[in-house]
Amino acid sequence: MDQIVSNISLLFEFPVVNLKILIDGLMIGALFALAAYGLALVWGVMNVKNLAQGDFVIAGGYVAWWLAGLGLPPLLGVPAAFIVMWGIGWVCYKLVISRVIERDLFTSLLATFGLAIMIAQILNLLFGSDTQSIKLPYDTIYLADGFIDIPIAKLIGVCMAAVLATGVIIFMKRSRMGQAIRATAQDARAARVMGIDTEKVYAFTFSLNSAICGAAGAIIVMVWLIQPFYGITYAIRSFVIVTAAGLGNLPGVIAAGLGIGALEQYGAHIFGIGYQQAIAVLLLLLVLVIRLIQQRRKRQSLQ
Amino acid sequence: MTALRYLLYAVLLVITVLAPFIFPDFRTQLATLWLMIIVALTWDMTGGQMGYNSLGNIFFYGTGMYVAAVIAIGLVYDVGVYTSASGGGINEFTPVQYFAGIGLGMLGAGLFCAACAIVIGYITFGLRGPYFAIGTLGVAIAAGELVSNWDWVGGGQGITLPVYPADLDEGKLFFYYVFAIIGVVLFIFLKWLYSTRFGAAINAIRDDEEKAEAMGIHTMRYKLTAWALAAFFVGLVGAISAFQLISFEPLETAYQTINLGIFMVVCVLLGGKGTLWGPVVGAILFHLFKEITWNYLLGWQWVALGALIVVTVVYFQDGLMGWLMHRKPGWFGIRIDEGSDGARK
Amino acid sequence: MKLSTAIASCLSGAALLASGWASVANASDCEPLRLGAAISLTGKYATNGIHAKNGYEFAIKKIDEAGGVNIGDKCYNFDVTYYDDESKGDRGATLAERLINQDKIQYMLGPYSSGLTKAIAPVTEKYKIPMVEAEGASRSLFNKGYKYLFAVLSTSEQYLASAVALAAEKAEEAGKDPSSVKIAVAVENDPFSLDIRAGVLEDAAKFGMKAVIDEKLPRDLSDMSAILTKVKLLKPDLLIVSGHSKGAATAVRQIGEMRINVPMIAITHCEAADVTGKFGDTANDILCSTQWAETLSYEDELFGSAANYETEFKSAYPEYGDKKVPYQTAQASAAVYVFADAFERAGTLDKEAVRDAIAATDLQTFYGAIKFSEAGNNIAKPMVLRQIQNGAYNVVAPSKFASHELNWPREAQ
Repeated sequence: MDQIVSNISLLFEFPVVNLKILIDGLMIGALFALAAYGLALVWGVMNVKNLAQGDFVIAGGYVAWWLAGLGLPPLLGVPAAFIVMWGIGWVCYKLVISRVIERDLFTSLLATFGLAIMIAQILNLLFGSDTQSIKLPYDTIYLADGFIDIPIAKLIGVCMAAVLATGVIIFMKRSRMGQAIRATAQDARAARVMGIDTEKVYAFTFSLNSAICGAAGAIIVMVWLIQPFYGITYAIRSFVIVTAAGLGNLPGVIAAGLGIGALEQYGAHIFGIGYQQAIAVLLLLLVLVIRLIQQRRKRQSLQ
Repeated sequence: MTALRYLLYAVLLVITVLAPFIFPDFRTQLATLWLMIIVALTWDMTGGQMGYNSLGNIFFYGTGMYVAAVIAIGLVYDVGVYTSASGGGINEFTPVQYFAGIGLGMLGAGLFCAACAIVIGYITFGLRGPYFAIGTLGVAIAAGELVSNWDWVGGGQGITLPVYPADLDEGKLFFYYVFAIIGVVLFIFLKWLYSTRFGAAINAIRDDEEKAEAMGIHTMRYKLTAWALAAFFVGLVGAISAFQLISFEPLETAYQTINLGIFMVVCVLLGGKGTLWGPVVGAILFHLFKEITWNYLLGWQWVALGALIVVTVVYFQDGLMGWLMHRKPGWFGIRIDEGSDGARK
Repeated sequence: MKLSTAIASCLSGAALLASGWASVANASDCEPLRLGAAISLTGKYATNGIHAKNGYEFAIKKIDEAGGVNIGDKCYNFDVTYYDDESKGDRGATLAERLINQDKIQYMLGPYSSGLTKAIAPVTEKYKIPMVEAEGASRSLFNKGYKYLFAVLSTSEQYLASAVALAAEKAEEAGKDPSSVKIAVAVENDPFSLDIRAGVLEDAAKFGMKAVIDEKLPRDLSDMSAILTKVKLLKPDLLIVSGHSKGAATAVRQIGEMRINVPMIAITHCEAADVTGKFGDTANDILCSTQWAETLSYEDELFGSAANYETEFKSAYPEYGDKKVPYQTAQASAAVYVFADAFERAGTLDKEAVRDAIAATDLQTFYGAIKFSEAGNNIAKPMVLRQIQNGAYNVVAPSKFASHELNWPREAQ
């Protein structure tokens, strides 16, 4: 208890620490938002709750790490992971996801959970269970009397995340396929009547999600660390963000992602780093309860 | 038919009693099999019969473990000192203290878990479908994380209970029979429960909650009662597991969300949701699968398990019992009038 | 055992006896004596699990070369059945059951880490299987009244106790009261590190020092910048970090990246994580606790001196060439040595007799003296504290063993 009080008082005593926490939080939050955006897409378009989301992220990270080990320049790992994970996502779609779309939602949850276990364990068998990262040859910027440190690698990572997110938004708005996806999300049956091949749209959407996750993972392996079993961390964050922001609300997803990144860092500062995972999960419960209260006001249940 | 049925039950009961003597080398595994059957049956109470798919029932297992351990230790020692990293002298238990700890620990664990179910259920039963699953999963993960930060119960180092005070083989039999008795009692209880008005009411909630509510069924009360009953039994087996495992820690043993927490769901799906025998058959199949892959596919066992989950939910969602019911409806007393007597046995 | 091999071994045993060569027999004629071990070859403890396994194997080879273990008038060679516990407690316990039930193992070597030992010790205790372990140091292992658990290493609260004493000494030299020393503690949430923390806080309390930061690191640790930020703000005089190899590596890396400037930093597992090799100058002036150092003047008949152990081990395992041989390896070898000694003194393969012989161990080894308390921990061997000085590990405390002066205060590198 004393610790918590003194940690809070630190925030006021040294205002610069707030800046440090915010910067760290926003940078990790940008990556959470990216993974969550993919989830919002599949959730909104095909009503699949993908628990393997985090494992796609980690798999993308390993693809980039493995290619970098073979001599590929690290920054090219991001597009490479995007492409490889596109293919893996497509295979997952054909084998599993395409068969659970029409089923009740619990089925998709469990099926993707099975996928998650398999991916994590295959990564463990292929690459071992040690943490891995790619070291980039860039400096660190020190601000505020050396108190705030921003590795340039992190800045590059965040910029790449932003570019990718913008690219996806433009694609959804402008391209033929993007329009088809949005039409399917609104009303799949009507879309089919209008001549849209929804099966193709679903396969495309799921592959796109997997590719976005893969790119996010490739960024994460450059600026943080990956390990075969870290997937659940990103899956939980994605669910928190999408539940909080709602579906098909991209600015909302980004805002929620950044917000959760910052909140988590504040939580870790105040309660201690040991509570980080607990804080993320409690945020999820909190979001669910708030949504529940909103729905109850309309005399509906959250479903 | 009924005579045959009673004979079948009698044979199964005899097998239950004799199993540890027929397979003396597998007593621990047989006890674990009963554990799986019990958690699968209790999961089906809400998941299969009531349509609320919880992914967080493992919460009651972990909580049962901790409550029982704290009671058993608290009877003799100061819990905070016993569980502290620094130890504090040699802590031993007499047989009387040990068995008193098990007895009171189980009782306390069951009741505490039932109470937890009512409190948590009051909030989470407002959620439907996948939100209920995610919400309950969240409760279980959060509980594990919080317990792992709670120094009084040992934090991340968990708790180590005393070893069974008498002979080793006697200990194995003891744990087997405790699990088996709880399992048999639970089965009989559920068989009766599902035949009552209560069973009809929770089935109505599964089929259409709004209509059930409109029919004047106080749905929340039924949902809470069903979950509390399930939690009571899971708490009991959590408590006995704590003594059987002796040493446990919060994240990987007690609140093992991705192990037992999911296994119980897979057992039910494998055997068939919403049937009485489904969870039992599913648990047996799953346990066999797990023991075999864990022994002969070391390293790949988790991949095999993931594949089993995917294949089960994608291709055999009705489970073995569902499939049988579809193929041989007569066995279940379901009559389909097809104009011929083909469907009747 | 097949009948033919049984007869053959009887015959060869008889032949050896007749010729009176039993004691100097070529070890390859010896029968296998089976031990079992669940050890972390994958997972978060894999680095140290492999260090320990190498220690076991090296000692077994040495014993083999020296003529095996002579029990009565027969000679034996150790043969260890290993399983990978994946650094998970429940898996370790399952594997221990499997070793005992299916593989019929009668004697066990310990796993890596206190957590795994905690999970396995109840199983060996239940089956009354003697286990000599070398890698489980938490005191919470030795308060359960276990009769079949023996640990050759010193318990964890002693790891960093001398760092606290050093900090107090330095404060007094500077004319300040030791109680003015501020301590920051960041330890992993596992039995070993929590006991380190308990030991440090007990010692700090003796001096009246205040712990300004007292945090636990999550298991899957990858980032401790949140704690190091607080270190920057609160400016403690002593920073304690404990989290096995991963904790050591993360701490040293981020201390360098964030330019943390604390006069005294003490961590565990420096050698096992090879912090000097990985992070170079960043690791300078960091204090590292160690169970054993190759510069200490311990020796025995089998391995020779501590320094000799290091040389021979490096020639057997060239991958350790430019690194320090971690104490995790040395103590694993010592555990095998204890078993060999106990078997020879017991003169029988009877489990109870061997247990009693282990309990009565009073041995001088290259690793230090080994003598077990009633509870099974080794009470005859001290811990030492080394400082990384220009990339070299030099013993600085306790003063009885110190070969170098402490560099203080530490400057950010």
